[in-house]
Amino acid sequence: MFEEGALLNELLIERLNYCIYVVLLLIGLHAMIAKRNLIKKLIGMSIFQTAIILFYVSVSVKEGATIPIYKAEHDPHGPHLAEEIVPEASGESESPRGPLALKPEETSQYANPLPHVLMLTAIVVGVATLGLALALCQRIYQGYGTIEEDELLAKLEIADARMTRSPLAKGRQSGKASSRALSGRKPAAKQAGGAVAKKAPAKKSSSRRRPPASKDKSASGESAKPKIPPRKRSDSSQPKKGSA
Amino acid sequence: MSAPNLADSIAPTVDLIAPWVIEDIRPLIACLAPILGMIGIIWAGEKRPNLRETFTFIAAVTQATMVLSMVPMVLNGAIIECHLWQVFTHVPLLLRVDGPGLLFACVASILWIATTLYAIGYMRGLHEHAQTRFYSYFALSLSATMGVAFSANLLTIYFFYEMLSVSTFPLVTHMQDKSARTGGRTYLGYLLFTSLCLLLPALGWCYVWLDHGTVAMDFLADTGKVGFFSAPSQMILLALFTFGFAKAGLMPLHSWLPGAMVAPTPVSALLHAVAVVKVGVFCVYRIYADVFGPEVLSRLNAEEWMMGIACATILISSLIALSQDNLKRRLAFSTIGQLGYVVLGATLATEQGMGGAVLHIAMHACGKITLFFCAGAIFVATGKKYVSELRGLGRKMPITMTAFLIGSLSVIGLPPLGGFVSKWYLALGALDRDAVWVVVVLLVSSLLNVFYLLPVAVTAFFRNHEVEEEHAEVREAPWTCVLPLALTAVGCFVLFFLSGPLLRLAGIME
Amino acid sequence: MDDAIAWIFIFPLFGSVACALLGAWYRRLCHPLAVFSMLGATWAGVETMLQAVGSTSGEVSYLLGGWTLDLFPRGVGIEFRADLLGALIALVVLGVGLIVSLYSKIPVERETPNKESLYYSLFLLQITGLAGIALTGDAFNLYVLIEVAALTGYGLIAIGSNRAAAATFNYLILGTIGASLYLLGVGYVYIKTGTLNMVGIREMIQANALADSPAMHVAFALIGLGILIKMAFFPFHAWLPNAYCNAPSVTSCLLAPLVTKVMIYVMIRMLLTVFGVDFSFETTLWADFMPWLVVVAIVCAAVMALAQREIKRMLAYLIVAEVGYMVGGVWIYNYYGLIGSIFHIISDACMTLCLFLGAGIILHKCKTTHFDGLRGLFAKMPLTMIGFFVGGFSIIGLPPTCGFFSKWYLITGGMVAERWEYMVVLMFSTMVMVVLFFRLIERMHLAVSESGKNLGKGHGDLGLTKEQTKFDEAPLSMLLPLLLAASVVLIIGIYNQDVVDQIERFLAPFNLPKGIGH
Repeated sequence: MFEEGALLNELLIERLNYCIYVVLLLIGLHAMIAKRNLIKKLIGMSIFQTAIILFYVSVSVKEGATIPIYKAEHDPHGPHLAEEIVPEASGESESPRGPLALKPEETSQYANPLPHVLMLTAIVVGVATLGLALALCQRIYQGYGTIEEDELLAKLEIADARMTRSPLAKGRQSGKASSRALSGRKPAAKQAGGAVAKKAPAKKSSSRRRPPASKDKSASGESAKPKIPPRKRSDSSQPKKGSA
Repeated sequence: MSAPNLADSIAPTVDLIAPWVIEDIRPLIACLAPILGMIGIIWAGEKRPNLRETFTFIAAVTQATMVLSMVPMVLNGAIIECHLWQVFTHVPLLLRVDGPGLLFACVASILWIATTLYAIGYMRGLHEHAQTRFYSYFALSLSATMGVAFSANLLTIYFFYEMLSVSTFPLVTHMQDKSARTGGRTYLGYLLFTSLCLLLPALGWCYVWLDHGTVAMDFLADTGKVGFFSAPSQMILLALFTFGFAKAGLMPLHSWLPGAMVAPTPVSALLHAVAVVKVGVFCVYRIYADVFGPEVLSRLNAEEWMMGIACATILISSLIALSQDNLKRRLAFSTIGQLGYVVLGATLATEQGMGGAVLHIAMHACGKITLFFCAGAIFVATGKKYVSELRGLGRKMPITMTAFLIGSLSVIGLPPLGGFVSKWYLALGALDRDAVWVVVVLLVSSLLNVFYLLPVAVTAFFRNHEVEEEHAEVREAPWTCVLPLALTAVGCFVLFFLSGPLLRLAGIME
Repeated sequence: MDDAIAWIFIFPLFGSVACALLGAWYRRLCHPLAVFSMLGATWAGVETMLQAVGSTSGEVSYLLGGWTLDLFPRGVGIEFRADLLGALIALVVLGVGLIVSLYSKIPVERETPNKESLYYSLFLLQITGLAGIALTGDAFNLYVLIEVAALTGYGLIAIGSNRAAAATFNYLILGTIGASLYLLGVGYVYIKTGTLNMVGIREMIQANALADSPAMHVAFALIGLGILIKMAFFPFHAWLPNAYCNAPSVTSCLLAPLVTKVMIYVMIRMLLTVFGVDFSFETTLWADFMPWLVVVAIVCAAVMALAQREIKRMLAYLIVAEVGYMVGGVWIYNYYGLIGSIFHIISDACMTLCLFLGAGIILHKCKTTHFDGLRGLFAKMPLTMIGFFVGGFSIIGLPPTCGFFSKWYLITGGMVAERWEYMVVLMFSTMVMVVLFFRLIERMHLAVSESGKNLGKGHGDLGLTKEQTKFDEAPLSMLLPLLLAASVVLIIGIYNQDVVDQIERFLAPFNLPKGIGH
């Protein structure tokens, strides 16, 4: 790979696009792994995916090429017929009813469309992932009153410890056990409600995510938790359906 | 001892070079009868105990009938096969009845009938819980035992061996308390560890190394094929197999057996003196006789090591048995020693030694089950578990204690009892290969047997004057307990006089 | 029926749309719709399998949009290829999906009330994605389908509790990293070979001697790493236990048997079909260090499983250990090891299904899956326990369950390849599984607490009230699928030779080392 020219030369001039995408990739990866805020993680994820898109698109760049639609002079069926074109056809099938392969010198002016098309799909996938992730953030914020990973982990630990406690150690509280076993929702919501009442107004003023915060405040104001869960669920399931 | 005429008429008149193979479904029926019985047992349940025990009896009698009906044909040199399904390309799941397998099957199935009768008395006498579970898993383990006895290749034997390990676990932990947990853990820990970590690689070895049509798994067709291996490989393989079948109770891997004594006495009697442990030694016998074969073994010289281990097991376990006060534990260590005899016989790699090993499976089974029955009967009648508590019981429970004495003498190996015959052939086998020290070991261990078994009977019969009033209330156990132990005690005599056909089954006098 | 492959996708895809639309109008329609779609898809899967078995080449191909091979070179247009391996995995996916859909009625209504239409919609999409992964013949489509399966999987998990949402977030981050790395790797492959068709890539690698190209090595490493993350291979497993334990029970029944296993299929596909055996095992250095990573992975996962006190969590770590088995079976680079891996994909899917269905029933009836809440279950739900422990015995590897046979091939593979470390670790984890499952049996069977205290009054008294030990079996709609799964475990075990024959047919052209011996 490095036979000709200096390494620096190669990196900065010949393969500059690779360097840029690698740097972006690493920035994204760092944000996803090291950042404590869930939204920052998602921003990192977007950067990460964008880097890959950049990679695909940049390697398919061709100086002075055009989009692969027949130029008038290449069209075998005349200018009125817009036939499909095979980007990298090897020129073996010359069947008159099927699509025709162009000669290499004719195709030299076209850019390869495939990487771009692939990236359209990848972008769609990325958007869906991001939407779902944001919906999850919303659910987490509603449930636990925080999107900071440290605080979240501390709360999850308490919730997990309660969920995995032995039924023998706890004595006979079958009613409580059933609600807990069915889903961790209710105890978590109760606990989160309490936590938000104390912390949220002070700490979340810097948060980027207004709507759930205000919703949660209204909830914690009178700690009327039975009303909240159904609404929350219908909210958060909406983007999921869309993304799927 | 001539075989019945029916079988004579079937038998071909010419001399048999290759064994005469018959396809028959009877071995399969013998295996499946307990499982069908188990369904009946579960259906009858705790609410209809008499019906439930009837099902057990039906299953046991069906099994015994099937097994016994095959005896004449096998005595005439036939081999009965029942093909189940193809497991691997070269290895089917195959049942095959030959002499040693049939002998073992006979012992297990006949003693199951006696044990069933005994279990009724024992379980009802002690008002045990979960009797349905008890009888159903009992039936299941007998099914597995039949499977091992009739297995035609290593894979089949492994299937049934594992089935036996798992199906006896609920029986061992029957009491469901802390001691049951300890016993059960030891039991499964040893048995599954050895079978999964030693046996399975050994099987894979036999399968893969000699692939391309020469899989060394069939007991009849592939005997000696392991001779293709290099000598160190053969040694490792032999060790993996010998210790892999930990049910044989060879010395470093014997602790599960005393641990399993927490189970109810019928379980200890049939499973841990007859079925399970004999399955272990029977498997070891198969390995020595039918996988390696005498020729390969004699070339290998590895069996000297194994012989040493077997002898050490015999002597050490006898010494430990001397120190045990708990009667069942003493019998358990005695069993370990007696299992060592069978392994020893297999390692001798002579016709008489191997035949003696197979015979000893039957002879020891009959004697030891009598002893366990007696221990259980004493427990039912008096609640006593320790040898030192038995003083003076002989007068109160004469039948039980007489049977105990007979069983002891048979295990010690005195004529005219069954135990003598097998020990005799073991000694002959040892002399065949000029291993005089083995004969010495046999003699010493017989002496040790005398030391740890006879004092029990002696205590019961002769040391009675001090504690007469302590046993004032004691009477014999219920007849369902006493009848089976009397029958098996008589069986010890019968086996001695019946040894002709047994010898032919074991392959000695052909 | 030539288009059976297409029907595999048509049924769940349109079923999903129908669930979303009709379900919003009439909720009770969702479950029958889902079952119907799964039945149809499973039928199509069986049909495809039969076609693949029946054809001389052992594969069936379906080209989307009429980009037929006689008009275009391979690589132009999208291809769905059901070779014997792909068809087998697709059949496993569809079979598991069918059983879970039968099972799902009560738990879905109970755990995600009022969201049935969304739930079943996601459920069917998940099946579409997973079956697509198994059948696609195009490396980029594989990425899209992985993401379809992943996105629906996130939804299926997070639809439960808030705790599940928090767990899903981690899963999503790691899953996206994994899938993106895969995409990046595919990019490099595309740059070098100019095609995305799997078979086409291998032909190009061989024709142009690309094995020495550093770009191909980078691509291989990126794809391999991405797949390892997606399959929850040990250091990357952190998302799995939390996600599966907090998910609704139907979700864990569906995802646990399939997702990791399908990713192992992807790995095998990449190694054999895309990069080719020589490049994957001989040129790259992966075959040297992967078995050692596998050893670490299995040991750690097994030890962590030992530390758990809850069935679902224990099972989740078991899955991580099982992933180690299969990855190891592939990387010991051996004919038998690969048979074992592929067979273990199938059998592990079945037995994990059994275990999770059983755990779901236990949770449904006992409200807890903690070990301490299990006493007396043999008396209460004997049939459920039979089903559950058939799965457990299969994980241990007791005959005649299918787990025995897959472990058999893995062990023999390790032997032939002389990878003793792999064999030893297999033995070790087998013993751990013995401990795990017999500890469960003990807990259900004995009246002793973990610390060794006798709880009952002896004589079989479990220290429970009569109510708690009364026969009280799960509803039939949950019990029958479990028993069905358990019988599948046994049937695959009994007829393992038929499955292995097909696997051997698939592996025959790859010239894998068959071992020493003769």
